[in-house]
Amino acid sequence: MMRETSTHKRRNQLLILVVILSNVIGNVALSHGMRQTGAIVSASPLDYVRAFAKPWTIAGVSVLALWMVSNLALLSRADLSFVLPVTASGYILVALTGHFWLGEPISALRWAGICAITFGVVLVEETPSRTTNAGPGDIP
Amino acid sequence: MTGMKWILVGIIAGCNTAGDVLNTAGMKRQGEVEEFTPRSLWQMVVRISHNPFVLGGIGALAVSFFALLSLLSIANVSFAVPATAVSYVLETFLARHLLKEQVGRRRWAAVTLVAFGVFLLQW
Repeated sequence: MMRETSTHKRRNQLLILVVILSNVIGNVALSHGMRQTGAIVSASPLDYVRAFAKPWTIAGVSVLALWMVSNLALLSRADLSFVLPVTASGYILVALTGHFWLGEPISALRWAGICAITFGVVLVEETPSRTTNAGPGDIP
Repeated sequence: MTGMKWILVGIIAGCNTAGDVLNTAGMKRQGEVEEFTPRSLWQMVVRISHNPFVLGGIGALAVSFFALLSLLSIANVSFAVPATAVSYVLETFLARHLLKEQVGRRRWAAVTLVAFGVFLLQW
């Protein structure tokens, strides 16, 4: 097991923040764009290209590209079994933003779900972020 | 259309899991990204272009992404939620056995809570 320095941990936390925010913002923009498009279940790439020609869809895809780069950088530094639960806090962000900003109601079951995810994130945050050996690229 | 929805949910869950596991395996082989400057992130992207694991992983995520686009155009987002919840458990299992990560009781508890919480969020 690797010992985690505070700089390593702080940089991971920064990456986690970028991963969560870019995922939430990208998906919200994309689903907004998709709602302006209508149904597409097609094997033809052209139908998808046509759907992309909307400003909200383009914005969503660009932000999701940032999510991809930051998520790959995070996976180079931390376990998948650490990254998965931690980045699930995006769900909490979506639910709370919808509630306090857009006035969407949150049922008792949804509050229970938010509490369960929060508890899971806190639990995994207390484990070391990386438990596998350093790869060949890490050897100076 | 309901049959199509479930096929899409299966493709999303399967490709998402394969993509995450391949990306993690590939990025661990490539080595840690130390700096977050545009230059070092660009170097990371260049190295990925020679990394079959990550290329395969991104391919799988792309398939999952197009399947999600199709699903979102014919169904509510909440339709994909149970598959997402299940894939948390599946991916953790593969992280333990394929990627050899140390998944102790605390991590299992965390991922079970998150999967359960994601499932509850749809109500």
